Amino acid sequence: MFDKKELARITREKERWQQTTLPKWLSEHPERQKEFHNTSGARINRLYTPEDIQNMNYTRDIGFPGEYPFTRGIHATMHRGRLWTMRQFSGFGTAEQTNKRFKYLLSEGETGLSIAFDYPTITGYDSDHPKAQGEVGRCGVAISSLKDFEILFDGIPVDKVTTSMTINGPAAVLLAMYIAIGDKQGVPRTMLGGTTQNDMLKEFFAQKLCIFPPKPSVKLVTDIIEYCAKNLPRWNPISISGYHIREAGASAVQELAFTLYDGIAYVESALERGMNVDEFAPRLSFFFASHNDLFEEIAKFRAARRLWARIMRERFKAKKPRSMWMRMHVQTSGCTLTAQQPLNNIIRVTIQSLAAVLGGTQSLHTNSFDEALCLPSEEAVRVALRTQQIIAHESGVANTVDAIGGSYYVEALTNEMEEKATKYIEKIDNMGGVYTAIEKGFFQKEIADSAFKYQQEIDTHKRKIVGVNDYKIANECITIPLLRVDPKVEEDQIKRLQKTRKERDNKKVKQTLDKLHDDAEKNQNLMPTIIDAVKAYATLGEICDVLRGVYGEYKELIII
Amino acid sequence: MNQERKIRVLIAKPGLDSHDRGAKIVARALRDAGMEVIYTGLRQTPEQIVETALQEDVDVIGLSILSGAHTTLFPRIMELIKEKGLNDVLVFAGGIIPEEDVPEMKKIGIKEIFGPGTPTETLVKYVKENVKKKI
Repeated sequence: MFDKKELARITREKERWQQTTLPKWLSEHPERQKEFHNTSGARINRLYTPEDIQNMNYTRDIGFPGEYPFTRGIHATMHRGRLWTMRQFSGFGTAEQTNKRFKYLLSEGETGLSIAFDYPTITGYDSDHPKAQGEVGRCGVAISSLKDFEILFDGIPVDKVTTSMTINGPAAVLLAMYIAIGDKQGVPRTMLGGTTQNDMLKEFFAQKLCIFPPKPSVKLVTDIIEYCAKNLPRWNPISISGYHIREAGASAVQELAFTLYDGIAYVESALERGMNVDEFAPRLSFFFASHNDLFEEIAKFRAARRLWARIMRERFKAKKPRSMWMRMHVQTSGCTLTAQQPLNNIIRVTIQSLAAVLGGTQSLHTNSFDEALCLPSEEAVRVALRTQQIIAHESGVANTVDAIGGSYYVEALTNEMEEKATKYIEKIDNMGGVYTAIEKGFFQKEIADSAFKYQQEIDTHKRKIVGVNDYKIANECITIPLLRVDPKVEEDQIKRLQKTRKERDNKKVKQTLDKLHDDAEKNQNLMPTIIDAVKAYATLGEICDVLRGVYGEYKELIII
Repeated sequence: MNQERKIRVLIAKPGLDSHDRGAKIVARALRDAGMEVIYTGLRQTPEQIVETALQEDVDVIGLSILSGAHTTLFPRIMELIKEKGLNDVLVFAGGIIPEEDVPEMKKIGIKEIFGPGTPTETLVKYVKENVKKKI
């Protein structure tokens, strides 16, 4: 990237600096620490110069936005053309309450919906299941049948918004409900836009909300990929997620490597199904966390895009540029938020959002400052959304493409991220792939070790967390208002569910569930039958129970 | 040689939430401090937790929950603990438990609640100082 003669001159000048200016300064002003590290444990140099990126080739490694390898962004004009989608993950209580929150967010300028489901929904239980006790509507909205979903989308035209659903094990059921709503609203299926998270692999080692064992889980994931490629061209059937991997404790490098490896496994699964790579790859989407170390995160996003493009072209021989695009959603990192001095979290979220925007994200969720204490209150959500709007309209960072590109530091970090992630990918390949790595507890152990190390760094004050292990307020009394979910939500939800079960055509329900059982045994794509079952008001729990009967249930591999 | 019995701890995850980062860190920290630690894994019912505590003859139970279901599940767990006569077992809890719920949780017999940001050494010290060890 640099002229050889010029580079030699820079090297000479750097040596001179190292022997004159630097020691002179250091002798009177020692550095704060002996060494500096980022969260992945990489040592950060004092200074980065052209020497650190001398082996780079501009067109090969950095290139132009909208062109391979997409380091600078997947679109030619990035945020100068269209800002990222501001998509706040929300959901609590009943469908009525969440419908109200959705309308509030849309009226405040949000541009896409993102549904948080409660634990019973996520784990495939109806609201009246014994295991659901105390959990209904607590951490998300309770959805047991299409009845609930109809209320959730009351007055929200699904051809006017795109909707992201954080749902994995029962993803096919919730997607079927969305399709049913679209049908009811008279919206052609080709117009339905949104995302199902539908990334089961990370569940086995990160988020750990599993229903079925790994192989049938990936079969269901692939059913959705295949169904969407044929019927819902604007739907992202999967959001391959590093977020939960990071939140479970992984470093930035591990998040990058494990997420891309999951991506590789899904591509392989769809290829085994007989699909052509360019038929489904353009709709694969990704989801990452944005943590506190600004430049490490920016480098991670840039490396992720470049590495995925290379994997798709070299490993999977994709031809369409769109198949090589890594489109990403980013969420600021929940685990960095502190219960102490909660308003400080607004600043953390701002830094993390900057990383996401400078890293070239397509969509962003900003966490609310009260999230270490409770579900976000309306005020906290508004501040979170405003943070994005201020970055978009006031900070100026969205006015040029890849503003940080060309920084010696960030380019060197981007290279390092890619190299380290590539090593992990080779390691997992050699281990025999993703299933073996899960069975051996490889990911689980790597993540648990990183989580423990991070906590130790905090406990030993090697890592300062403002308000937690330093700059504390003595006898702090937290006075922000907390959102509480009324326990009556559970009662009301159960009443509605039982009424639905009574009033529906139970013969039809049984027929569709029997057909689902047969299709599952015959290894058919289950999407069409699940849509029929949902439309007959079969419940999420009933549908998942049929599949539990065929596939069995996953038993957690416990690794401390 | 008569070896002193190690403190036996059960770290349990009641409810459906799967946030186990904290529970695992606590389990590891207590183990590194010389205790015998059993971790239940996710999604345990109150019955399963108390049964494990009984089977494993533990001195301490640490409950971790982040979903908000503690108001339903903790009272049930404490009821079962009393029913089974595990009155000497030290029970503490952690996770996202709002300040205003703490008095109620203490009333039902949970001795201490540790919120986010608690250093692991605080937990180790707390367990060592408060456990009623069996001989």
